[in-house]
Amino acid sequence: MLKTDTLTMPSFGYQQDSNGIVTVTMDMDGPINCMNLAFIPMLANTVEKLSTETGLTGVIIASAKTTFFAGGDLNWLRSVEREDAPEFMAHVESMKACFRRLEKLPVPVVAAINGTALGGGFEICLACNYRVAWQDPSVKLGLPEASLGLLPGGGGTVRMTHLLGLEKALPLLTRGQQMTPQKALNAGLVNALVEHQTDLIEHAKNWILDHKNDPASAQQPWDIKAHTIPGGNAHHPSMASKIAVSSAQIQQKTRGLLPAPEMILDIMVEAARLDFDTAQTIETAKFVELVTGPVAKNIITAMFFNMNQVKGGHKRPQGFPRHHVKRLGIIGAGMMGQGIAYSAAMAGIQVHLKDTDLKSAEEGIVYSQKLLQKKLDRGRIDSHKMQQVLALIHPTDTTKDLKGCDLIIEAVFEDKELKHQVLQEHEDLTNENGFWGTNTSTLPINVLAQNATNKQSFIGLHFFSPVDKMPLLEIICGEHTDDATLAKAFDFAKQINKLPIVVNDSLGFYTSRTIGTKMDEALQMVAEGLDPVLVDNLGKAVGFPVGMLTLLDQLKLGLPLLINDTQVSMGLKDPHQHETPEGMAMLRELVEQHDRQGRINDKGFYTYDDHQKHIWPGLKKWLKPEHSIPHQDIKDRLLFRPVIETLRCLEENVLTNVADANIASILGIGAPLWTGGYAQFVNTYGLTEFIVRCDTLAQAYGARFNAPDIVYQYEKLGKTFV
Amino acid sequence: MPLAYIYDAVRTPRSRGKAGVGSLYGVKPINLLAELLKGLESRNQLDTSQVDDVLMGCVTPVGEQGSNIAKSAVIHAGWDESVPGFQLDRFCASGLEAVNTAAAKVASGMDDLIVAGGVESMSRVPMGSNGGPFLSDPEYIANNLSVPQGIGADLIATIEGYSREQLDSYALQSQQRATHARDSGWFDGSVIAVTDTIGGTILQRDDFIKPDTSLEGLGALRAAFAALGNYGFDDMALRKYPHVETIHHVHTAGNSSGVVDGASAILIGNQAIGKDLNLTPRGRIIATAVVANDPIIMLTGPGPAAKKCLSKAGLSIEDIDLWEINEAFASVALRFMKDLDISPDITNVNGGAIAMGHPLGATGGCLVSIMLDELERRNQKRGLIALCVGGGMGIATIIERD
Repeated sequence: MLKTDTLTMPSFGYQQDSNGIVTVTMDMDGPINCMNLAFIPMLANTVEKLSTETGLTGVIIASAKTTFFAGGDLNWLRSVEREDAPEFMAHVESMKACFRRLEKLPVPVVAAINGTALGGGFEICLACNYRVAWQDPSVKLGLPEASLGLLPGGGGTVRMTHLLGLEKALPLLTRGQQMTPQKALNAGLVNALVEHQTDLIEHAKNWILDHKNDPASAQQPWDIKAHTIPGGNAHHPSMASKIAVSSAQIQQKTRGLLPAPEMILDIMVEAARLDFDTAQTIETAKFVELVTGPVAKNIITAMFFNMNQVKGGHKRPQGFPRHHVKRLGIIGAGMMGQGIAYSAAMAGIQVHLKDTDLKSAEEGIVYSQKLLQKKLDRGRIDSHKMQQVLALIHPTDTTKDLKGCDLIIEAVFEDKELKHQVLQEHEDLTNENGFWGTNTSTLPINVLAQNATNKQSFIGLHFFSPVDKMPLLEIICGEHTDDATLAKAFDFAKQINKLPIVVNDSLGFYTSRTIGTKMDEALQMVAEGLDPVLVDNLGKAVGFPVGMLTLLDQLKLGLPLLINDTQVSMGLKDPHQHETPEGMAMLRELVEQHDRQGRINDKGFYTYDDHQKHIWPGLKKWLKPEHSIPHQDIKDRLLFRPVIETLRCLEENVLTNVADANIASILGIGAPLWTGGYAQFVNTYGLTEFIVRCDTLAQAYGARFNAPDIVYQYEKLGKTFV
Repeated sequence: MPLAYIYDAVRTPRSRGKAGVGSLYGVKPINLLAELLKGLESRNQLDTSQVDDVLMGCVTPVGEQGSNIAKSAVIHAGWDESVPGFQLDRFCASGLEAVNTAAAKVASGMDDLIVAGGVESMSRVPMGSNGGPFLSDPEYIANNLSVPQGIGADLIATIEGYSREQLDSYALQSQQRATHARDSGWFDGSVIAVTDTIGGTILQRDDFIKPDTSLEGLGALRAAFAALGNYGFDDMALRKYPHVETIHHVHTAGNSSGVVDGASAILIGNQAIGKDLNLTPRGRIIATAVVANDPIIMLTGPGPAAKKCLSKAGLSIEDIDLWEINEAFASVALRFMKDLDISPDITNVNGGAIAMGHPLGATGGCLVSIMLDELERRNQKRGLIALCVGGGMGIATIIERD
C-alpha cells in the first residue's frame, strides 16, 4: 500500500541496476537543488522507498544539476519568523530524520559529488557512508553557513564533530571555510576523487561492490559502538582548556555581536558529551534560534541578496553594449593611482600611468611589484604572471602617451583647480567611445565637471584605499552624466573585479558623507566631557573595526578639518552649520595648538611608544568626571549617526537603492556586519522602535538624531527598507 | 544564644602541589586529612563520639577527593562511627565556609561540637579537573563573559594602578614574614607533621616558602596571564570595563598564591561541651559574612565581605587588631587594604599564600589557625579573616579572644 503511494508522490530519480544498487538522482524543478519545503517530501519518499526496497545492495546519491546541491533555500530561511519557529523546527527535524534513516540503511550509501556541494548540500554528503567527488577545482565543498550568520543545521555541525574532532572541525565551521575537492580530501571530508566527472557513478558502484562483505562500510563511524571522537570527548580534562580558549578566541573575533560561531562551539561540545541523536536535536534548536533571529536575517540580506544584486550590476542602465577597456590612462601616480593601476593590470588592461615626472610615475610600478612579489611568495601567482602584469603598466610623463585610451582616470590631489587643469590638458585624449573618470572622495562631481567639453562622458569613480584590498567602487553621476557613460563605468568595475554602487552627486556622495558622522559624534562626546577611552572602546563594542579616536589617529586628525575647510572655502558648506561644533573645535585645537596629528607623528588622541598606546593626558581639559550617560546611549550615538545619514541619502536620492546602501556601508565604511548594513539595520531594529529611539536621542543630544521623514513614511505604509 | 568557641585549630604543613616534586605528592588526600583528624583527636584526648559533624571544604572533589572525602576521612581516621561527614565547595572560601557553617550550627544550638576545615591535594587532583560551566561551557562563557581569575587579578592591578614592582615588593614581604615566622617557630603550635604509616616524618614544617626570594628574581618571572589575555579573555573582560584602555599583565607565579597540598581542621563547640570534655577555649567566632559582586573582575569581594561582617558584629575597623587576607594574588591583598584603609603592619603579619601556598579547600582553616596563634602570641583580642572567592564572591570571619 505504502509502496504504491510513494510512487505517485514527488520523488527523486530512482534507478536500480542488476547488482541491486539504486542510484538516486536529485533533480528538483528549477535550475538548482536546494533545501526547502519541496525538498523534504521528495527526500522522505525516496528514503521510504529505499528502506523497503528488495535486493538492495547499495545506494548512490547523485545530482542532475551542474552544482551537486545548492544548500538551504535562503528565501525560505529569510522568511521564517520567531512565531513560525515550532513549525519550522518540525520541518528541519523531519528532514534530519530522513538523513538519519539514509545513513542507517543496512547497505553502503555513497555520495557521488559532481559539482559544488555547500551547506545543506554538503550535509547530505556527510549523511552518506562514502564521498567521492569530481576533483575539478571549480567544485567547492564545505559548510559556509557561519559566513551568513547561520550554523549547519542539517546535521553538519554534529557530524563534522564526530568525523574530525572538535579541534579540526571548529575552524572549518566557525570560519565557514569552502574547499576545493583536493583540500577536502586532505581534510578527511571526502574519501576519494575522480579525474573525470563521468567516472563518478562507476567509481561509486565499484566501491559498493568491493565492500559487499564489509558491514562497517554500511555504518557511520558514530553508529559503531567503539566510536570515539577524534581528540577525545568533552569530558576529558584536556578539553576544558581548549573549550575555554576557543570561546575566548571566538569572542575576540565576534565581540559577542555574531551569535553563530559561539553557538557552533556550544553544539560541538554538546556533541562531544551526548549521544548522537540528542546532539542533533540541540543543533536543530540552535539553528532555528539563529534563523529566526535578527543577525542572520541581516547578514543573509546584505551578504547574499544585496551582494548578488550589486555583483550583477543591477543598476547598470539597460540597452548599452558591453564596454571593454583595453587601454587605461591614469593621471597621478600617488597611492590611489598606483592602486588603480595595479587592479587594472591584474585584469589584463594596458595602463599608462602618468605623473609630472617619470620618476614619480615609475613609483607606481614599484608599488605593484611589491604586491605581486607578496603574491608570488605565497604561491598565489607564478613569476610569469608577475612579469605579465608588470609589463602592462607603462609609466610616463608624456601627455600624448595617453592618446586613444578607452578611459582616463584622474587621480591627482583633492584640489579643484588642479583637477580642472588636468582635465583641460587631457580630456581630448580619450578615444571617441571613451570616457573620463575622476577619482575623488570629497569634491562634487558637478563642480569638477563644470569645464568639461563632454560633460555627459564625465563620471566620478571613487576608489577606496588601499585599492588592491577594498572591493568597493562608488560611481558618482554628475547632473550631465549620461546613461551610456554610467553603463561603461559599471562594465569597467566588473572588468577590474570591483563591486559597483552608483550614487548621485552630493557633498561627500554617500560614503564620505556618512563615514565621518560616527567620528564627529565621538569627538562631540569627548568634547562634552565623556571619558575618551570609554567612547573609543564602546565604538568597538558596537562592532566598528576600531574605536573612533583610534580611527582618527590612523587617518590623521587633520583630515576631517581639511575636508571641512576645503568645502567651506569652495562655498559648498556653511561654516556655522556643523552638527557637532564643539567636537570640531576640540579637534582643531588638538591639531593646531598641540600638534596632535595621529599615528603619523605618534601623537594623536593616544600617544604611541614602543607598540603601546596611552590616552593623551591633555584630553583631561575636556573631561568632566561628573558627566556620565548610559553606555547604550554612547553606542547608539555612534551607530545611529551613520544610519540616519544613510536614510537621508536614500531620502535625497543620493542613494538610489537599499542594496547599494547596505553593501557600500559594510564594504566601504565599516558598518558592522551584524547590522546587515546601515539601511537593513533599521528593518530588524523595527521602524517604530527606531523612530522612538531617535526621538529619545534627539531630545537628549540634539536634532541631528531626528529620524528622517522617509522612516515615518515607510513606517506608516508598513514598508521596510528593501 | 550559645557562643561558638574555637577549642583547637590545626593544619598540616604545606608543600608544593606539583606531581613528582612536592613533599606531600606521595600522600593520598584521604590520609592527609585522616592523619590530621587523628592528630586533633590525640592532642585533645577527644572523645570522638561527641562530635556532631565533620565539615570539610574541598574545591576539586573528584577522583581521589571525590565522593564526600569528609566522611571517608572520618572513617579512615578510626573515629567513632556515629560521626557524620560533609564535604562542601564554595571555591577558595570552602575551608572558611566550613568553619562559618560549623559556628552557625553551634551558635544556633543545633549542634554542640563540630570539626571544620578542608583538604586539597593539588599535586594529585589538579585544579580545574572537576570541570564546571565557568571555563568549559561555551554558552555560559559567551553569555557571562567568564574569564580566568588571573585576568581579574590583573584587571584590579590595572584599575588601581598597581605596578609590577609594587606587587613584587608585596610578594617579597610575604616571603620574608613567612620565613621569619616559620623559623621562629610561631607556626609550630598548630602544624601537625605529616608522617608515613610507620611513623616516619614526611614533612615537619612548611617547605614551600622561598627565603631567598629577591626583587630581582621576582622581576625576572614572566607574566602568567598575558597569553590567556591575548587569546581574547582581555577583550571579554574589557567589554565589562570599557573605560580601561588595556589590561596590564603584572601577576606572575611569584606574586600570586602558590599551588600546594595541605589540610586543616578546627574544633568548634559550645561552652557546655567544652566543660564536659575538659577543653579550653582559645577564642570565639563572633560574626561571619559572605557576599558577591562582579564575577568578571571576580576578586574584589573581600572588602565588602569584611565590612558586612563588621556590621553584623557591630564593630568598626578600629576594633580589629589583626587582619588576614588570603593572598590569592598580590593585587587582592593591596586592594583589600585599600578598601578598608588598613595598615600593612597589621595585615598578614606572618606572610600569606604567596609564600606558603593556597591549598584551595583547606586555606580558610589554615588562616584560622594562623590568626589564632598570632593573636595569642601578641595577646591581642580580635582578628578578621577574609578571602576572595571564585564567581565574584567574598567571605569574612571575625575571631575574638577574651
